[in-house]
Amino acid sequence: MSAVTEVGPAGTAGPTASPLTERRPLGDRGFQILALSCGLLVLVILVLIAVTTSQQASLWFTTEGWKIFTYNWNPAANQFGALAFIFGTAVTAVIALVLAVPVSIGIALLLTEVVPYRWSRPIVYVIDLLAVVPSVVWGLWGILVFAPWLNHIYADIGSAVNGIPVLGSLFGPPTSGASFFTAGIILAFMITPIVTSLSREVIATVPAIDKEGAYALGATRLEMIRGAVWPHSQGGVVGAILLGLGRAMGETIAAALVIGSSPVITSHLFSPGYNMPAVIANQFGEASGVFRSALMGIGVLLFVFTIIINVIARGIVERNARRKRGA
Amino acid sequence: MAVVTEQQGVDLREPRGWRRTSNRIATVLMVVSFVVVLIPLGFVLFTVIAKGASVISWQFLTGSPIPPNVLPANIGGMWPAILGTLEITGLATVLAVPLGVLGAIYLNEYGGKNWLAALIGFMSDVMTGVPSIIMGLFIFSIWVLHFGFSGLAGAFALGCLMLPIVIRSTYEMLRLVPNSLREGSYALGATKSRVTLTVVLPAAIGGIVSGALLAVARAAGETAPLLFTILVVTEPNPNVFSGANTSLPSQIFVNASSPYVGAQDRGWGAALTLIAICFILMIVARLVTARFARYTH
Repeated sequence: MSAVTEVGPAGTAGPTASPLTERRPLGDRGFQILALSCGLLVLVILVLIAVTTSQQASLWFTTEGWKIFTYNWNPAANQFGALAFIFGTAVTAVIALVLAVPVSIGIALLLTEVVPYRWSRPIVYVIDLLAVVPSVVWGLWGILVFAPWLNHIYADIGSAVNGIPVLGSLFGPPTSGASFFTAGIILAFMITPIVTSLSREVIATVPAIDKEGAYALGATRLEMIRGAVWPHSQGGVVGAILLGLGRAMGETIAAALVIGSSPVITSHLFSPGYNMPAVIANQFGEASGVFRSALMGIGVLLFVFTIIINVIARGIVERNARRKRGA
Repeated sequence: MAVVTEQQGVDLREPRGWRRTSNRIATVLMVVSFVVVLIPLGFVLFTVIAKGASVISWQFLTGSPIPPNVLPANIGGMWPAILGTLEITGLATVLAVPLGVLGAIYLNEYGGKNWLAALIGFMSDVMTGVPSIIMGLFIFSIWVLHFGFSGLAGAFALGCLMLPIVIRSTYEMLRLVPNSLREGSYALGATKSRVTLTVVLPAAIGGIVSGALLAVARAAGETAPLLFTILVVTEPNPNVFSGANTSLPSQIFVNASSPYVGAQDRGWGAALTLIAICFILMIVARLVTARFARYTH
């Protein structure tokens, strides 16, 4: 009671009634430390991934040295060059991007600039549905339904372009249903949702006044998109594409089932190939010694590649968002 | 003045010629790109439902797998895989969701704009892009090599995958909670932890739950992190903490690589079961958002 009477009516607080300078209760500080440690867990896990997988892969790095970037992969003969897998990863990811990016940007523009709001919701649901279909189901469908169907198409295209200089070496025989190109198509389906939703977020931040200005000058919708939407969202869309690239490089199971499992470097896109995640998934089970270490090392390389791409992509997206807030 | 009055009125008619044509082509291309996506989605769902529905029965859902070369599809079942998926995904959820929510609380409530929170937020976004198979290799090196294969190891791998997703979605939801709520409770003399736990979290709970369910749906369909952490077994393993286990995605992967028609048919049945689980989680997430979300974008 005495403490209360000491405080003046105008709030001229004495030292006893100054909760702002009081030490915070133990539970409160404990909770803050708990939350902080959960946040730090993300950094700890990322560092641990790098450290433990590199340790497991060190045997490969030390026994093979720079030969890890050579072409020969023959576990039976103790040859562990990873170049064919790096090549395959690059080829399938590029095919996936070439197919998915125009479609994704098209859908993003359709959602933001063309259809009214009540139509855009169902379209977003459908795109989300595409993201929920598990990787292994894409793979199952890819290898049992899609690849056999593509097999005929590839064979027809192959015999049509056989002998023509550039087309012949890209699309000519030997052809197979399970191939680089099939893997690229399946990966394209899988990265379309993420590229679409990120581009849509970026495009939605274009100020209405820019768009209305373009329309007021008599621009058609296409001219408005080129003149008002594109310059504003360029950076963010590039970031979205890079994130799609990271996904396409790391997507494992679907690629493992449809890529054809043949570690070769070839210009023939319709022939069987291999990529980094697929070889880990398919061969890790029976591997030991240097073989296992080599697969672990391919994982380390994949981790490094995807981290670099993701850091760049997130950097671009974040910088873009900041500039927009500042503007 | 004379010049102005002589000028023609602005031409408000639709542009003609190439400008109109190119605009129409662009619009058509946008619609076509959506249709291009609809076709494979419809095709996949149709195939899985058509081929899976003929396999699924009570016996399929509760029986154990049989050797892959046995032909009739309607013997053998997926119970070990269904049990494994429920166990492992459930345990991963119990591990990852509280940690992710606490991490997001740090980012939004405590970190604010300081460099550490910015770094953690950035790296957690980067972590969502780490391929799922890397999580499998990571848990294999840090856990399986020392303690052996188990459902727990699989749950660790799936948890690593879910953690950044939960952090991101929870963070977005916490950001939507109006500051006036926090200030009101501070004015009543509540401590920060009390404000966070009794005012901020309940206000955002709808969005947090729905984000967590979407993360669970993503994890339930993942195969790659489980390949080297749980293996594949044919008998149900009710003990999630020890012994090799199996899951629906792993079982589908095995069956898809199998040349036997019977195994492939069971693969379609398992695929339908898995898609049904994922879709149910997604629909529940939408319902939760619709019913409980108080603050939306």
